[in-house]
Amino acid sequence: MFSNHTRSQIIPAIIFLLPGFALFIIFFLGPLLYSLRISFYSWNFAHPERSVWVGLKNYVDQLANPVFKRAVLNTTVYTIITVSVKMVLGFIVAVLLNQKIRGRAGFRVAYYLPVITSWVIISLLFSYMFSGQSGLVNYILNDTLHITDHDIMWLADGILALVPVVLVDIWKGVGWAAVIFLAGLQTIPVELYEAAAVDGANRLQQLRYITLPMLRGTLVFLLVVLLLGGLNAYVPFQLITRGGNPMDQTHSILTLMVRATFSRLDFGSGAAISYMLTLVVFGLSLLQLKFLRKPEGE
Amino acid sequence: MKRSQASFNMISYLILFFGLGLVVVPFWYMISTAFKPQTMIFEMPPKLWPVPSTLNNFVKALTTDKFGLYFWNSMMVALTSTVLTVLVSSMLAYAFARLKFPGKENLFYILLLGMMVPPVMLIIPQFIVAHWLNLYNNLWGLIAVYVTMNISMQTFLLRGVFENIPRDIEDAALIDGGSPWTIFWNIVLPLSGPGLAVVVINSFLYSWEEYTWANVNIGDAMHRTLPIGIALFQSEHLTEWGQVFAASLVALVPVVIIFIIFQRYFVQGISTTGIKG
Repeated sequence: MFSNHTRSQIIPAIIFLLPGFALFIIFFLGPLLYSLRISFYSWNFAHPERSVWVGLKNYVDQLANPVFKRAVLNTTVYTIITVSVKMVLGFIVAVLLNQKIRGRAGFRVAYYLPVITSWVIISLLFSYMFSGQSGLVNYILNDTLHITDHDIMWLADGILALVPVVLVDIWKGVGWAAVIFLAGLQTIPVELYEAAAVDGANRLQQLRYITLPMLRGTLVFLLVVLLLGGLNAYVPFQLITRGGNPMDQTHSILTLMVRATFSRLDFGSGAAISYMLTLVVFGLSLLQLKFLRKPEGE
Repeated sequence: MKRSQASFNMISYLILFFGLGLVVVPFWYMISTAFKPQTMIFEMPPKLWPVPSTLNNFVKALTTDKFGLYFWNSMMVALTSTVLTVLVSSMLAYAFARLKFPGKENLFYILLLGMMVPPVMLIIPQFIVAHWLNLYNNLWGLIAVYVTMNISMQTFLLRGVFENIPRDIEDAALIDGGSPWTIFWNIVLPLSGPGLAVVVINSFLYSWEEYTWANVNIGDAMHRTLPIGIALFQSEHLTEWGQVFAASLVALVPVVIIFIIFQRYFVQGISTTGIKG
């Protein structure tokens, strides 16, 4: 009986797969390969046939470019800080919201509000709060907490300008991490905790020996998705530091890529920057697949 | 035992309310600024609520600079992208969860590539493809790319959902002579509500707020979406924060509505997907 099904399912499979794969090939796979090709050329957008093959020159030039190196450093630091803080805070919030406490649903919605607010809006909001004169943050630091005695020009300094960029990402991202953790926590059978409590395990021991091991898949998933998101940061950098200000010190890899491409029309360098980033991201994702693949098969 | 429970709850509330404060302050600042007259924008100390407050910013933001049009464009793009993403990725997910065909595993891994490649890196070639297909400066160019960039992740999530539906129900329908399409449409989709709610929220949010591709692919003002409109408005009216945030608040309304409608299923929905130990 099953062999009959096998034969008759190829045609339905084609019908089910066709719309998705048509889009995927035209707007994803094709562009992916095309961009690899562009990265080896001094690309002429208006007349692609006049593009000149330059081999690895675009890659080599970027690797020697101090602005690119600074962008890589910025992106790396940003990713490490935001990912670790979001994981830790998200986990704490999820554990707290996984108890039977009053107002749980309200907290859940409130913590998720920053996630659904668009990047454009909150990037503008944070650049307003961090403006040098009469910004809310300077007001709080000077007049409420008395930590500083003068206005800090956050956005005029190559390092300080990254503070609002990092904070905006954490502020927006904790709720998402918390919801993914919550979903993971809810798949852990309550009986495990009950049994552990009967055996005299305290909360910390339960966390260490039940919660964390049971959340392995969730942890790996979150870690990788957040890492990819961090390496791909674009909008907060673009809108808060106005594309690298001051003096190209505050680029992320992608703001630099977009500038190379669309302001300088140097498509080859833009594509080379993208491909270097993609190689890193791809490596990380292969690690994820390795961890996520179901051990028992099907 | 009882005692430690009570103090643990106390600490929980303290932490949760502290976090709530951190979440709320920027929102409150945005809302109160939207109701401030322009002369008070840089006034310190900030007041809890501006006196006098004004609706002027909303009136100005909505009447100048075609925000109504941008809102409409964004709505069309987000709704169409969401419907297509749900349809296309649930069809893909059904094929990968239930149908038997050669090369299934490999095709699935190729599709997962879409989760690994940063969307922004494809912008250059997508821009070129959009030119070829006459989709430059066209809302369909946005929709096609949004659906494409969403299907890998959403298919991955939905495959997990569909695999968890008991096979007996489908087998019964199969014996009654149901085709894969009727099983998919009449049995699998209706049983996957929470999972589909997650996909709806994800894809609506993505296409409602997407900035980078829209910024590149849309050249003329008639086809701008809200994120582009708001960012441009801010760079042209640097200090008119009241109007910027009035427009932003209006832009927030649809996502908040969508989220409130679907949030009941949200956490439950995520746990039915493929993300778990």
